[in-house]
Amino acid sequence: MENKIEKQVELKAPLARVWRALTDYREFGEWFRVALDGPFVPGQISRGHILHPGYEHIVWEAMIEKMEPEHLFSFTWAQVRYHDKSRYSSDYSSAPRTLIEFRLRQTAAGTLLTVTESGFENVPAEWRGDAMRGNDGGWAQQMLNVEKYVAEKL
Amino acid sequence: MSRKNSEGHARQPAPALVFAALGDKTRLALVARLSVGLPSSIAQLTVGSRLTRQAVTKHLRVLERAGIVCSTRHGRESLFALDPEPMRRMEDYLESVSRRWDEALARLKLFVEE
Repeated sequence: MENKIEKQVELKAPLARVWRALTDYREFGEWFRVALDGPFVPGQISRGHILHPGYEHIVWEAMIEKMEPEHLFSFTWAQVRYHDKSRYSSDYSSAPRTLIEFRLRQTAAGTLLTVTESGFENVPAEWRGDAMRGNDGGWAQQMLNVEKYVAEKL
Repeated sequence: MSRKNSEGHARQPAPALVFAALGDKTRLALVARLSVGLPSSIAQLTVGSRLTRQAVTKHLRVLERAGIVCSTRHGRESLFALDPEPMRRMEDYLESVSRRWDEALARLKLFVEE
């Protein structure tokens, strides 16, 4: 089982365009659906609030790590313990954090963007309480895959 | 990052423990074997494998500490069974995070390609 998530997407846009969409705080806010208070600066905290309908009470808080132009943009963010409005707290001082990394690479078609989120081993079970439930089919399938993979190993 | 065990969750193993326990091909194979069968004894799990009894026991104890496997006494031997809850919870959580990224990246694609 992986303890990180990795996504790749090919974007039909030049590196410079993608870099701006990721690192200009207003542009980032557009597609990420977050209203940010100010520009991203490495080593500084970025704050704002989520714009997803029903989640507007949630404060966005990220620590900007690296900004290597047209190459790497990374930050850590605090996990939200309870998204539900009645139990939500904006005090993230003891919240576990995961690391988000955006890597860009030029391709013939435009830009290959790889996003990874890692550090889930730092997120205790009780912080995953109100995550959406997956389905049992997925888990069963996963188990079959594991079985196939290790069939000859034991 | 250090973290104290939170109130009332003493039984829930730390996710790092779950990941570590599953990050081993032999233990994954034991998990796969337990996932399709009845609770099994160490002797049963050793049959047909290249592992010694001692090795099987050691790996089962690691899985037990991570809460993935639980054992019950049955006469003179212990029977081991899979407890999929810790893995299921982690899986569900990663699944929901993964889905949020898919949605965000789809919006980014529209945003930069228009």
